[in-house]
Amino acid sequence: MKLYEKTAADLGRLFQKKEVSAVEVVRSFLDRIEKVEPYLKAFITHTPAMALETANEIDNRRMSGEELHPLAGVPIAIKDNMCTEGLRTTCASRILENFIPPYDAAVVGALKRVGMPLLGKTNMDEFAMGSSTENSAFFTTRNPWDRERVPGGSSGGSAVVVSAGMAPLALGSDTGGSIRQPASFCGLIGLRPTYGRVSRYGLIAFASSLDQIGPFSLTALDGALLMNIIAGYDPLDSTSLPESVPDYPLGLEEDVKKLRIGIIRQNVSKDFDPEVTAAVMKLVSILEENGAEIDEVSLPLTDYGLGAYYLIAPAEASSNLGRYDGVRYGHNAGGDDIESMFSRTRGEGFGPEVKRRIMIGTYALSAGYFDAFYLQAMKVRTLIRRDYAIAFNRFDLLVGATTPTPAFKIGEKTDDPLQMYLSDICNITDALAGLPSLSVPSGLHSNGLPMGTQLTAPAFQEGLLFKVANFLEQKRDPLPRWPRVELPEGGLQ
Amino acid sequence: MKMKYDTVIGLEIHLELQTHSKLFCGCSTTFGQEPNINCCPICLGLPGSLPVFNRRAIELAVSVALALNSAVQQKSRFDRKNYFYPDLPKGYQISQYDQPLARGGYLEIEFDEESRRINLERVHLEEEAGKLMHAGDSIFDSSYSLVDYNRAGIALLEIVTKPDIHSGREARLFLEDLRTLLLYTGASDCKMEEGSLRCDANISLRPVGSTALGTRVEVKNMNSFRAVEMALNYEVKRQEEILSADGHIIQETCHWDEEKKETIPLRGKEGSSDYRYFPEPDLLPLTLEASFIEKQSALLPELPRQRRVRFKEHYGLNGKEATLLTENRTLGDFFEAAANDYSDYRNLVKWIQGDLLYQLRESGKSVEQIEPGLLVELITLLNNGNITRPVAKELLAEMVLSGKSPHKLVQEKGLGRISGQEKLLPLVDRVIAENPEAVENYRRGKEKASAFLVGRVMALSGGRADPEELSKLIKGKIS
Repeated sequence: MKLYEKTAADLGRLFQKKEVSAVEVVRSFLDRIEKVEPYLKAFITHTPAMALETANEIDNRRMSGEELHPLAGVPIAIKDNMCTEGLRTTCASRILENFIPPYDAAVVGALKRVGMPLLGKTNMDEFAMGSSTENSAFFTTRNPWDRERVPGGSSGGSAVVVSAGMAPLALGSDTGGSIRQPASFCGLIGLRPTYGRVSRYGLIAFASSLDQIGPFSLTALDGALLMNIIAGYDPLDSTSLPESVPDYPLGLEEDVKKLRIGIIRQNVSKDFDPEVTAAVMKLVSILEENGAEIDEVSLPLTDYGLGAYYLIAPAEASSNLGRYDGVRYGHNAGGDDIESMFSRTRGEGFGPEVKRRIMIGTYALSAGYFDAFYLQAMKVRTLIRRDYAIAFNRFDLLVGATTPTPAFKIGEKTDDPLQMYLSDICNITDALAGLPSLSVPSGLHSNGLPMGTQLTAPAFQEGLLFKVANFLEQKRDPLPRWPRVELPEGGLQ
Repeated sequence: MKMKYDTVIGLEIHLELQTHSKLFCGCSTTFGQEPNINCCPICLGLPGSLPVFNRRAIELAVSVALALNSAVQQKSRFDRKNYFYPDLPKGYQISQYDQPLARGGYLEIEFDEESRRINLERVHLEEEAGKLMHAGDSIFDSSYSLVDYNRAGIALLEIVTKPDIHSGREARLFLEDLRTLLLYTGASDCKMEEGSLRCDANISLRPVGSTALGTRVEVKNMNSFRAVEMALNYEVKRQEEILSADGHIIQETCHWDEEKKETIPLRGKEGSSDYRYFPEPDLLPLTLEASFIEKQSALLPELPRQRRVRFKEHYGLNGKEATLLTENRTLGDFFEAAANDYSDYRNLVKWIQGDLLYQLRESGKSVEQIEPGLLVELITLLNNGNITRPVAKELLAEMVLSGKSPHKLVQEKGLGRISGQEKLLPLVDRVIAENPEAVENYRRGKEKASAFLVGRVMALSGGRADPEELSKLIKGKIS
């Protein structure tokens, strides 16, 4: 087994036994990147020198006998909407194409303190608006399981990096499914943490009341290890929560016998691909055999969730993106006067989907429409929270499909925004409720593509999600670890 | 017949709070530094940055609200006010919209010897914008403009009055009293010239007896209290002329032009904006414990009106004297410290409002720099006959300049009173001998002539002789 095929936990064990150096590991991943990246296009920026430098430093410290974090020396890639000091951060947008932040996002600081070599910044939909990475201003990332298909989005680059063995771990961000949907399309564990669990400081905002950073990993254990590093209260993020963080890996092996599990009726819809739903039921039956109580639950407000989401998120985005005016940083198109400079800069700098959402959001907040749109959507959001609160009186965990279908084809939905929006239908309501939600691989479709099952827990129960995912990993039929795409001479075709 | 109109004015006051750091980040608020020095990712609105409350700003805001009798809300909320302008780093200002920090309130002012209550609409917190410097007159006709973000993010308190003010003079009095109050609370230095206190006004006219409000005009860019009064008086005249000619007032925003002394309608799109307010998702609603509000209330100093009443009752001062001593908190503190050691309060006030204030103005010193005990010492020297009144005045000037004790100055300069016939008679004889005409005039019944002779002797003594004693001596000699 090559080093790049190993999980983060395995690499950590090898480091601790001093059987391998961080530099060797980083080199293995860099080689892999060189081979497959030209065919997948998952990275916007590569940082091999930086990664080797960190690895070298970690090796020296480990050699000198220093006690290091288990993930010290384990490489990682991060989505290009998290600020990195001195390193270009683009949000996959022309408007930030040459933006070099003077500071690190809180999570980036946490990774640096642990000593995780950064391999690069990953592709995404522009400003995290999209479900396929087709909205990147630079290029579309391809799904390693089938390069004609999308990897999902908006954190598609991060998902592809992990699923193609270009990094053992990656960070993404999830506003309304942007971690879980690509995790499902690429056969990974992807967690959206409780809103406020991970600091948003330095995460370039799309919709502030929804954005959360979370991990992509091959296994539940790897995700749990990474969450241990990034979770916790941050005084620089007023919306981050003070609750103490449990040791996620430590709780993984705990018993999952007496769980009360609710199957969300709306998320195993008969309109979904039947194989996707069947895979969900298969996992549920594994839990049932283990002693879980299973029942069905309806979340009636789900029908309004998508509408509410596509008002609240664009409303916040229309405001969050107001700062890109060319005055202080980023693209500046010039102009005869201040008005024309603003409109030319923004006209050139933003792509069509970003403009669409700015317009929707501006409209929803406008005088005379505010009550009918934004305020109404906020009321729906409150009711959705209540829906979940009621459901969690009866259940410990809610399950359903992560996505209605496996990965769709590149170009398939680009002409129909609504169809694109509907690919996140299962990921919207728990995001609106601020709940933690995880996608776990539930098998391969007959077309060879991965499918995901989504587990949603009450606030702060990320530990439970990892525990159940870990249990399922062990009990379900083994899944192929790697996309079975033949590597031609020199890399993928 | 010419129609009579009532003037209706509401004021919006913006106040920079005197915190060390900005409202949502740790950057310094020091005025007058090199441009774009006091900046960080947060106040520059860099992508990914987030705001965090400055606790001190909230304390100061609450204390001002309490001093203005405004009801501090246990729950308030911050909202985004969205608009594009180069001095606004995030494309929105974090402000408070429908759930302000404090609601209602009032300030009592003295207007023509009567107490008037000006009611307030609200008091809320928001962040300051940056500052633009145009190569031309405005952003619309400059080839370029520069932006300084040092000011961006400083804590700003907005105080909005009800339309309770009826003249330019009343607006000015309100602002003067408001500034006095604010200086007492220590929440702001209230320097209009540095922009730490700014005032916009809404003004409309309506026929006497009418209750409906007329069309209002917003006036901005008034850089002094005097300018507020002048601008509003100008608007009253302008609107009156239009209305009297059956014209219509256009609802618009005007700039006060300090040089032309007139209000000029603003170009551009200001005033018609839709700010698309919505709750700021990066901040939690502001929840203030009742105990926090009580604590701020307990920490409030004695306010000018209360102090004025106490000064009248306790020290027996008249209204004018009490007003003088309470208009300026430090002057009142000076008086009280001096009054601890000297019980002729009225006499003390006379010294303060006359000679002391004059010397402070002359020397450019502030009252905080003067030791109250020194003034008491000076008055006591005079009362005990150790020095003459002219010497006392001279000493006061010295004392203000050097901070030296009057006692020491008397010794150093030999300024003690000259008294006794043996010292004074030679001087008197000399003056009588040199001024026979004045002596003759006195003898013919011109009382004034003796004053002239006294003055001559005083000049010879360097002011150290006692004029009364001299007068007796001279009259005795020439009568």
